[in-house]
Amino acid sequence: MTQLPPPSAKKLGLVIDLDTCVGCHACVVSCKGWNTENYGAPLSDQNAYGADPSGTFLNRVHSYEVQPAAGEAQLIHFPKSCLHCEDAPCVTVCPTGASYKRAEDGIVLVNESDCIGCGLCAWACPYGARELDAKEGVMKKCTLCVDRIYNENLPEEDRQPACVRTCPAGARHFGDLGDADSDVSKLVAERGGFDLMPEQGTKPVNKYLPPRPKDEMPEFDVLAPYLEPIASDGKGFVGWLDKALSSLPGGAK
Amino acid sequence: MHPAASVIIFNTFSGLGFGLLFWLGMGAIVPTGMGAFIWFTIAYLFAVGGLIASTFHLGHPERAIKAFSQWKTSWLSREGICAVFALIVMAVYGAGLVFAETRLALIGVIGGLASLGVVFTTSMIYAQMKTVPRWRHWTTPAMYLLLSVGGGALLSGQVTIATVLFVLGAALQVFAWLSGDTRFQTSGTDMATATGLGHIGKVRAFEPPHTGTNYLMREFIYQVGRKHADKLRIITIALAFVLPVILLLLPFNHILAVLAVLSHITGVLTLRWLFFAQAEHVVGLYYGKR
Repeated sequence: MTQLPPPSAKKLGLVIDLDTCVGCHACVVSCKGWNTENYGAPLSDQNAYGADPSGTFLNRVHSYEVQPAAGEAQLIHFPKSCLHCEDAPCVTVCPTGASYKRAEDGIVLVNESDCIGCGLCAWACPYGARELDAKEGVMKKCTLCVDRIYNENLPEEDRQPACVRTCPAGARHFGDLGDADSDVSKLVAERGGFDLMPEQGTKPVNKYLPPRPKDEMPEFDVLAPYLEPIASDGKGFVGWLDKALSSLPGGAK
Repeated sequence: MHPAASVIIFNTFSGLGFGLLFWLGMGAIVPTGMGAFIWFTIAYLFAVGGLIASTFHLGHPERAIKAFSQWKTSWLSREGICAVFALIVMAVYGAGLVFAETRLALIGVIGGLASLGVVFTTSMIYAQMKTVPRWRHWTTPAMYLLLSVGGGALLSGQVTIATVLFVLGAALQVFAWLSGDTRFQTSGTDMATATGLGHIGKVRAFEPPHTGTNYLMREFIYQVGRKHADKLRIITIALAFVLPVILLLLPFNHILAVLAVLSHITGVLTLRWLFFAQAEHVVGLYYGKR
C-alpha cells in the first residue's frame, strides 16, 4: 500500500558532508555500477557515445558557488540522491502501490513489477531523486543499496551503500538516524546537520553537514620588512638617484 | 513541466466528454432513441478517447489495472475508479434512454455527479503538487470544473448557460494566471532552501551534474515557448471563451455552432499547453533554472 507506515524507530539514511566532498563523482560512478548490475532494472543510457548523451542516475553531484557578503566565494560540491523522507510525497501519490516506504527501516523503494511508469512520484518529489528509466519504462531511485547493507554474502565492511563505501574523501556516512546515539546522529548534532527544503514538509531522513567557514588568514608576509619602500627623503646617492630618475620624462614623482 | 501531448489531449477531451455526460445525466437535455445514441456516442468518444490517450505516456500501460488499488492516498487512483464508475453508471442511464426511452433520473444524477468527480479528481492530481506552486491553488480544480461544465454546456447546445460559464471561465482563468505568476517566488522555496547554503551567502549554480541533459530536466524544466506565453494567453482567451460566446450570441446556425465548438477546443488545447509549459517545478532550482 502507498499509505505511509507509522514512523519507524529505525531510520536508515545518509549524512553528506558538504565540507569534505571534493566533487570527484566517484559516488556517482559506483552507484551507477552497483545498481546497474544488481537489484532491479539496469540504469540505462541513451546515445551514450553520441552527441546528446543521457542516462538514468540515482545520485548526481551538483556544484554551487556561494558568495558571502564579504570575502571570497566558496565552491561547494553537492551530491544529491533520495533522502528517504519520513513524509514521502512520492509514496502517497503512487496509484499502484509500487512506491512504498519500508516499515522496518524507513527505506523508500519501488516495486518495479507494479510500476506503470506514470511519473507522478517524480513530480511529487521536490529533490529530483526519481528518474524514469527511458529503456525500462519504470521509476528508478536510490535503494540505499538495500541489497548490500543486509547482504551477509559480503564482507562486513562492504555492507554499506556503494556511494559511502567508495567515497575517497569520507564525505558520506551511512547509519541509523532514528537512533540518537548512532555515529551519524552524533555527527549531525555536532556539526549542525540540516534538511533540504524543510518548507516542503517532507521530513527528509538524510542530512547535510554545512561547509565550515573558510579560514580567515591575517595579512602576513615574511618578506615585508625587507621590502619596505625606500624613504623618499633619502640622502646621498640614493637621494640623488631618486631625484634624477623622477626628473626624467614620465618619471615617478 | 513538460507538456506531453497525450496528457493535454486527455485533459481537454475527457474534460469535454465528462462535461457533456454531466449535463446529460442531470437531464438538461433528454434525448431518446437514436438521438440519445448519438449524444452518448459523442460524449463517450471524448471521455474514453481522452482516457485512452492518457495511457500513451505510461512506461507500462499493460499494468494500468493496478492503478485502481491505491484510492486511499492517490488522486490518480481515485480518478481511475471514478472514471470507470461514471462511465458504467452513465451507460446504464444511456441504455435506458436509447432502448427504453425511459429516463432513470436518479441514475442520471449519480452518473452526472460522478462525471464531475472524474474532472475534480483529475484536477487534484495537479493541485496536490507542493512541488509546483503554480498548480497548488484552489483555482486549479475550480478551472477544471468550470471548463468541463462550460464545454459540456456548449456541446449540449445550452446557449445561455454556456455563455455565462464562458464569461466566468475567462475571468477565472485570467485570475489563475495572474495570481499564479508570483506563486513560485512567494512559495518560500528557493535556491537557498534547496541547497541549505543560504546562510553563507548568495547561491549560484556553478556546474550541473552532467554535461548532457536528463529525465529531470526534460520533464520538469521546460522553458521552450514560455517566451510566447503572453501571446498564447490572449489566443487562449479569444478562442476558448470570447469567440464561442460571440458565435453563440449570433442567430443560431449549425455551422456557427460547430465553429464555436472547434474554437473552444482549440482554445482549451492552448490553455492546457500553457498549464503545463508555464508550471515551474522546484527541482529546477537545483539546476539554477525554473
